[in-house]
Amino acid sequence: MTDVMHSFDLFAPASIEEAAKLLDKHGKEAWIIAGGKDSFDWFKDRHKRPSAVIDITGLKKLHGVSDKGDYIAIGALSTLSEIEESSVLKKNFPLLVEAAGRVASPQIRNAGTLGGNVAQDTRCTYYRDGFPCYRAGGNTCYANTPTAMNREHALFDAVRCVAVTPSDTGPVLVALEAEMVISRNGKTRTVSAEKFFIGPAIDITRMTVLEKGDILTEIRLPKKWAGAKQYFEKVADREAWDFALVNIAMVAKVSGGKVSDVRMACGGVQCTPRRLTNVESLMKGEKVGSEMETLAKRVAARGAKALNYNHFKIPLMGSLAARAVRSLA
Amino acid sequence: MSENWKEDLAESEQFDYPPDPADDFEWVPATQEVAGNMPDLPLETWQSQSSTRREFLRGVVCSGVAVSAASYLWAGNSSEARAAVRGVERLVSLNINGKNRRVDVAPNETLAHTLRYKLGLTGTKIGCNRAECGACTVLADDTTIYSCSTLTHQARGQKITTVEGVAAPDGTLHPVQQAFIDELGPQCGFCTPGQVVAAVGLLKKNPKPTEDEARRALSGNLCRCGAYDHYLKGVMRASGRA
Repeated sequence: MTDVMHSFDLFAPASIEEAAKLLDKHGKEAWIIAGGKDSFDWFKDRHKRPSAVIDITGLKKLHGVSDKGDYIAIGALSTLSEIEESSVLKKNFPLLVEAAGRVASPQIRNAGTLGGNVAQDTRCTYYRDGFPCYRAGGNTCYANTPTAMNREHALFDAVRCVAVTPSDTGPVLVALEAEMVISRNGKTRTVSAEKFFIGPAIDITRMTVLEKGDILTEIRLPKKWAGAKQYFEKVADREAWDFALVNIAMVAKVSGGKVSDVRMACGGVQCTPRRLTNVESLMKGEKVGSEMETLAKRVAARGAKALNYNHFKIPLMGSLAARAVRSLA
Repeated sequence: MSENWKEDLAESEQFDYPPDPADDFEWVPATQEVAGNMPDLPLETWQSQSSTRREFLRGVVCSGVAVSAASYLWAGNSSEARAAVRGVERLVSLNINGKNRRVDVAPNETLAHTLRYKLGLTGTKIGCNRAECGACTVLADDTTIYSCSTLTHQARGQKITTVEGVAAPDGTLHPVQQAFIDELGPQCGFCTPGQVVAAVGLLKKNPKPTEDEARRALSGNLCRCGAYDHYLKGVMRASGRA
């Protein structure tokens, strides 16, 4: 059962400057919400109790999708439904449209934002249930013990924590070489999507480079991959609502039956969206066909270290990579 | 019967029953301490009128207007400026089912809570209370949202439609509601308000959905009775008339 949320002060800044001031003033006690779909669960469970909640949905500049010539700019507050219905994105990056459409349920997509989808916290059940694990600032991992239930957990790069990225749009942004624009105290910086997501080796308590005081304002998709062959697939226990067990995003340029350039990324297997660089390198310059499928299937999950219950993700990754390759034929 | 029944009776009448805890109970008005950390609740306003807290709340539900004395103090300020510096104002105006309702809303209050417990619109159900089941679905500017996971303050300036506002003012059921009856949609009925609102939201955007589109639009609403196909048939039936 859930409780009502703890009591907090709610702020609704109308400009990014005001938001920055509030973040500065409240420091560690500040918590940004937009759709709030991830945050409210934390609050209702009372595992996170920030005293100042800042609702940034009033920042009109951070809404909407626009074509800026070299790149397509997506405001971080654009809802996933807006992305699903955006004609610009449908034309250029149908895989992002598809990924956004596969997130959760219609009601969540109507409120949940792209910024929130990439910045959301992991779904590790132990962490979510309030266990004092490494990620929560404790000194053990409950998901990687001999009796732990870790069907949804990581295959790769687990350093103490075995949580995985839950985002469906994350792997897509990594595949598309997106740039994330982050604002802090009026200054903006740009981080590539690949560097935006961070693993436990860098900071075990965060999933992204965002720190208290940062606001993710915009996501830029360079036109480099516009119109290229694109593929997205998500496998989850339930068709609706559920988080991905494994999802895959691929963009590829094919000329004369040969792959000239390709990027592929998997979600749900590591703390960050995982680039399948070994599959990419075997595809580049090669002929599309069943041989490539077989090879992709074989190498996709190479180096995976399975936990008690997540072995099934290894063949699943291979199959998804093979299906992505097959879509090029 | 025993011969000394009179003695038995006398004995039983003298039996010392254990005290009833209810006899000792003496009703006292709630004190600040009992009320906990609710500094904004104007306790004096109802205590001095010697009405009970329960009656006060009932009055709020019936009139749909909760005016906290403390809110008057802030009424002079511009709400936007205040929201940025001091946090949102508690007394807000919501557009619910075409009517403006003034209501006193805590910052941490969800829309489902406000609708059910402050405005008396109990058609909106709270199932999971964590954006999973869809029983609390309402329309905000004609898009479906989970009201259990939306702060009421986030709904300011939006047109909220609950299941109570779906039928015509004269009581004629919405085609979706009628179709759900005709197709025997509800079994236990708990998820039905959410299903109705989700279907109405779909038909507002897409009056002629395909079966797959309808299935997708209702995918955010769980039904423990498993009457999904009935609801789906209901939507398809309604799409001809909506």
